Amino acid sequence: MRTPFFLVICLAVAAVVFFAAVAVGNDYAFFAGYVILQYVVLSTAWNILGGYCGYVNFGSAAFFALGAYSTVAVYKLIGNNDLPDVVPMPALMLVGGVISGVVGLGMGYLTLRLRGAFFAIATLALAVVLQTLVVNWDFVGGSRGAYILRSETVPLIGPYIHYLFLVMLLLAVAALVIARLIERSRLGYGFATIRDDEMAAEASGVPTLRLKLVATTISGALMGMAGAPFPYYIGYLQPASTFGLDYAVNSIAMPLIGGTTSWVGPLIGTILLGSLQQIATVTISSAVNLLLVGVILVVFVIVAPNGIIGLVHHYWQHKPGDFVGRRRVEADSPEAVP
Amino acid sequence: MIFSFDLLVNAVISGILIGGFYAAVTVGISLSFGILDIVNIAHPAFIILGSYVAYIVNSTLGIDPILTSIIVTPAFFVLGALIYQVYYLSFERRGQESMRGLAFFFGLLFITEVSLVLYFGVDYRYVEAPYIGPTWHFGTIDAPLRILIPCVVSLLLIGCLQLLLTRSFIGRAIMAVSQDALALRLMAVDPVRIKRIAFGISIATASLAGAFLIIIQPVEPSVGRDYIGRVFAICVLGGMGSLPGVVIAAMLIGIVESLTSTFYGPSWAPAVSFGFLLLTLAVRPAGLLGR
Repeated sequence: MRTPFFLVICLAVAAVVFFAAVAVGNDYAFFAGYVILQYVVLSTAWNILGGYCGYVNFGSAAFFALGAYSTVAVYKLIGNNDLPDVVPMPALMLVGGVISGVVGLGMGYLTLRLRGAFFAIATLALAVVLQTLVVNWDFVGGSRGAYILRSETVPLIGPYIHYLFLVMLLLAVAALVIARLIERSRLGYGFATIRDDEMAAEASGVPTLRLKLVATTISGALMGMAGAPFPYYIGYLQPASTFGLDYAVNSIAMPLIGGTTSWVGPLIGTILLGSLQQIATVTISSAVNLLLVGVILVVFVIVAPNGIIGLVHHYWQHKPGDFVGRRRVEADSPEAVP
Repeated sequence: MIFSFDLLVNAVISGILIGGFYAAVTVGISLSFGILDIVNIAHPAFIILGSYVAYIVNSTLGIDPILTSIIVTPAFFVLGALIYQVYYLSFERRGQESMRGLAFFFGLLFITEVSLVLYFGVDYRYVEAPYIGPTWHFGTIDAPLRILIPCVVSLLLIGCLQLLLTRSFIGRAIMAVSQDALALRLMAVDPVRIKRIAFGISIATASLAGAFLIIIQPVEPSVGRDYIGRVFAICVLGGMGSLPGVVIAAMLIGIVESLTSTFYGPSWAPAVSFGFLLLTLAVRPAGLLGR
C-alpha cells in the first residue's frame, strides 16, 4: 500500500473515531480517548527505537515530561492567565518535539556507542536527572507544580477537550505514518540490521551509530510532541506524576504485547491495554491497573515473545498461500534479489 | 554560604558511612549485571521486599532487623534461583535476553512494587532496634549508629562475598562463567547451575540490604526507584563485577551526594549519582577498577 493512500485511510479512520466520540455525547469518552491516543504516540515512538533497533528506552516519561514542561515554560514566558491560548497548540508541540529530540540526540550520543544495557540504564538515569532539574526550577513551578488555564471552547470545534482529542488524534496518525514509512525505507532496513546483529551490520558498512542517533532523535521528538498538550489536558502539572513510571512501563508494555516488528503492533497493544486500563481504573482502582500491566507484560514476554502480531503470524503461517505470507515475501524480495 | 570545616568533615564521614550501605545495595547488581550479564533492574524491588520482611518480623516478634534478614537469606536465595530458572528457560536459552529479559525484570519490578502498595499501602514503615537512636561522638565528628552499623555489616558481607568468589570452587566457577561458559562446560561444570547459584546469592544480598535500608530510613514501596539509577551508577563506576570497585565507587558517590546535600540542599542529591553515571558512561565505560 502506498503511503499517501495509507495516510488517507488513517485520516478516514481518525475522522470516524472523532465523530463516533462526538456521537457518544459524553465528554468522558474524550478524556479517556485522549489518554489512549497519547499512548498510541508514546508506544509508536518507543517502538521506533525499541522495536526497530532493539534498544530499550526506560526514559519515555522523561521525554514526555520534557514536552510537557517546555509547554509550561512557553506558557510562563509568553502567555498569561488572561490569554491562555496565545501560542497555538501545534507550535507548542513543535517546541516540545524539538527539545525532546535534541535531548534524545545528546543522550544517544553519550551512550549508544556502548552495549544496549548501558543505554537502557542511562535512560532510566536521565529521567531522574531531569526530574531533579524540574523540581529545583521554580520558573516552571518546581515541586509545587504549575497551573495552566485553558479557554472553555475553541472556535469551530467546540469544547476544549474535543480540540485536544483532535490534536492528539492527528499526532497519532502522524506517528503511525512515520513509523510505517521508516519500516519500509532504507532507514528501516538499516534499523533491522542493527537489531539483528549490530556487529555484522557495522562490518557490512551500515553506519550504525548514525542510524541509532536518527532513531533516538525521532523517537524522542515524537514523545515530546505527545507530552506538549498534556499540561492543557491535566490543568495542573506536577513533577512526580509527569515523570511517573507508568509512562515508562506502558510505552514498553504496549509494543511488546502487540508485537514490535511492525507499526501495527504498538497500535494493537495500546488499544487493548489502554482500554483495559481505562476500564480497570474506573471499575477497580488505579493501583490494580498498574499491577495488571506488570502481570500482562511478564506473561506476554514469556509466553508470546513476538506479541499478538507474532501469534497471528504463527497462526497464518500454518496455512500456505495466505495473504500475510505472500505479502511478507513481496516485502522481502528486493532484499533477496539485490 | 558559610563554609565550615566541621561541616565538611562530617559530610565526608557521613558520605563514607552511607556509601558502605550503598555498597550492600549494589553488590547484588554487581553479581547479576556485572558478572552474569543479567540486567536485573528489579533488584531494588527485592531490596524493598527485604525491608518489608524485616518490618513484619520486627513489628510482630520484635526480632532485630539485621538478624531477621540473615535468617531469611535462604528464602531469598531460593527466590533468586527460581527467578533465574524462569529467566533462563524463557529468555537466555532462546537468546532473547536483551530486550525481553529487560522487559521481564521491569515487569517484576512493577508487580513487586504494586503488590506491596496494595497490601501495605503507601505509608512509611519503620523498625525498632536499640541502635537506631544513639549517636557516637568522636570530637566534632558524629557517627549515628543507625548508619554506622549497616555500614560495618555491609563491609563484612562484601568481604565474605569477595572471599567466596576468590577462594571457593563455586566462587571461581561464578567468575569463570562470566568469561567463558563453554570452557566451564568442558570442565564438567554446568554453567546454568552456577549461574542459578550466583543469581540466588545476588538476590540473597537484597534481604540484608533491605534490612539496612529500613534501619537507615523509613520505607514505602516506591522508595526502591530512587535506588535503581544509583546502584547501576555505582556498579558501572566501580567497574563491572569488581567488588572492591563497588565499595570504592559507593563511598565516592556517598561522599559526593552528602557534600551536595550539605552545601546545595538535599533536593539536588538525586541528580549526583546519575550525573556521575552519565559521565562515567561517556568518559570511561570500563569504570574505576574495570577489567
